[in-house]
Amino acid sequence: MKLETVIGLEIHAQLKTRSKIFCGCSTAFGAAPNTHTCPICLGMPGVLPVLNRKVVEFAIKLGLATGSTIKPFSQFARKNYFYPDLPKGYQTSQFDLPIIEHGFIEIEADGIEKKIGITRIHMEEDAGKLIHDEHEPVSFVDLNRTGTPLLEIVSEPDMRSSEEAVAYLKKIHLLLRYLDICDGNMQEGSFRCDANISMRPLGQEQLGIRTELKNMNSFRNVQAALEFEIRRQRDLLLDGEKVIQETLLWNPDKNRTESMRGKEDAHDYRYFPCPDLIPVVIDEAWIAEVRKLLPELPDERQKRFVTDFGLPEYDARILTGTRELADYFERALQVCNAPKKLSNWIMTEFLREIKGDVGPWIACCKVVPESLGALIDLLEKGKISGKIAKTVFLVMMETGKAPLDIIKEQNLDQVSDHDELSALVKEIVAAHPSQAEEFKGGKTKLMGFFVGQLMQKTKGKANPQVANELFTKELAG
Amino acid sequence: MKITREEVEHVANLARLNLNRQELVKMTEQLDNLLSYVAKLDELDTKDIKPTTHAFSISNAFRDDTVQDSLTQKEALANCPKQNGECFIVPRII
Repeated sequence: MKLETVIGLEIHAQLKTRSKIFCGCSTAFGAAPNTHTCPICLGMPGVLPVLNRKVVEFAIKLGLATGSTIKPFSQFARKNYFYPDLPKGYQTSQFDLPIIEHGFIEIEADGIEKKIGITRIHMEEDAGKLIHDEHEPVSFVDLNRTGTPLLEIVSEPDMRSSEEAVAYLKKIHLLLRYLDICDGNMQEGSFRCDANISMRPLGQEQLGIRTELKNMNSFRNVQAALEFEIRRQRDLLLDGEKVIQETLLWNPDKNRTESMRGKEDAHDYRYFPCPDLIPVVIDEAWIAEVRKLLPELPDERQKRFVTDFGLPEYDARILTGTRELADYFERALQVCNAPKKLSNWIMTEFLREIKGDVGPWIACCKVVPESLGALIDLLEKGKISGKIAKTVFLVMMETGKAPLDIIKEQNLDQVSDHDELSALVKEIVAAHPSQAEEFKGGKTKLMGFFVGQLMQKTKGKANPQVANELFTKELAG
Repeated sequence: MKITREEVEHVANLARLNLNRQELVKMTEQLDNLLSYVAKLDELDTKDIKPTTHAFSISNAFRDDTVQDSLTQKEALANCPKQNGECFIVPRII
């Protein structure tokens, strides 16, 4: 029996607003526990939550970027359940009338382009944080995060492999970063993902029994967890056993999914419209206003890098793969007119130095884009050799100094002066009579030897082209 | 009957209410009375009426994205029966 994998993802993206979704408490990460709370987010009786306009604007942005329908009328609903990180006893979310529906994004996995549908995107509030005591049967509750705005992005079950799922996840992440509405930090939990996964005989319409995967806080974990679960379900089904519908947690230390312990209440959330919050009505004028705020999106930017700068698709994809890297490239390009050379340098010398995530690394990188551009400009104009450029670059990475200053300080200027070089060339030829004879006899490969000698004498500063010319002339006679 | 005892038991369980047999019978009876009374509304023809979720006809009440003062940590924890000066302390769930 040939089995087909079916995956759908639910993504929770924390929005980059200054204040919470229904009150004026700060959303800043890392504050002392319970210092960003007020009667509204603590769920005190009698308070009145009021929606943060920015949350609606951010939702419209994502809706436009995913080709979705922005609903003219949407409203909030209460999702009722008890958990200590949820002080009100319900989560304010959206249910039957979400703000965004019916979108899609394009992904590429294994060299194949594919559309993945987005069922809905809705606004909701985040819950607090629980820290479990290691010795006693108690938990500590920090409600700073309670009420942080989230967009929940629900995909169609359109993905057929872990690669497609990760490609989709990365693309949504990229869009959120380009739109600048979520910081995308998976470790801190501002970008989280749950997966629904099932298998069915190839060709069968009806979906198989699914499991829900949680606790995957990196792209690598998502890939590993999905691959594990695909194998686990396939083995069960091929042995004639059944998959049990349940929620599984990914255990990254043991590299396996585990059943969530404790009894799992059948999901019975008794949603009902939230009487405290007034419906959200979005007209065309508001959508048009937000559309004006949209930045260039990754797909458009990738195409522009190919058409405007003549870069290969591959380069364009890597450079636009992070908004910060694409910005860096374009700023560096302002001071040098060599897009391909700059691209090569960024993809090799520059990216080689990267530690951790690209965005934050670039933000604190000592080499500002204008400096790298200036270096490439010197290289392009033949003022320094590739070898010297690499030396200068490493000093730039360490000190943040401008390339010209480093070249001056360390006396790395390339020597193109014919008189100065030809004196050295004569010296070298005179010092190696046998090699000179062999060269004249036709062993032209020895040119490398002679140029090498000159480079040694000039500490790599001789202009290689001038050196070649001078030796050719000297040895011809 | 508008509601069964099993349904009342289920809803009580979701609300974390422990009802004994006697209470369960009483609640079922009372809820059944309530629901029968409200069921009178079913007699109205609402075919062409949009579902109403709010009694008033306004929409779009927003606040600007500005940070306002929060409670102090001490104030936030003031009503909590068990706390350590930083966090609320609750029985462990998982």
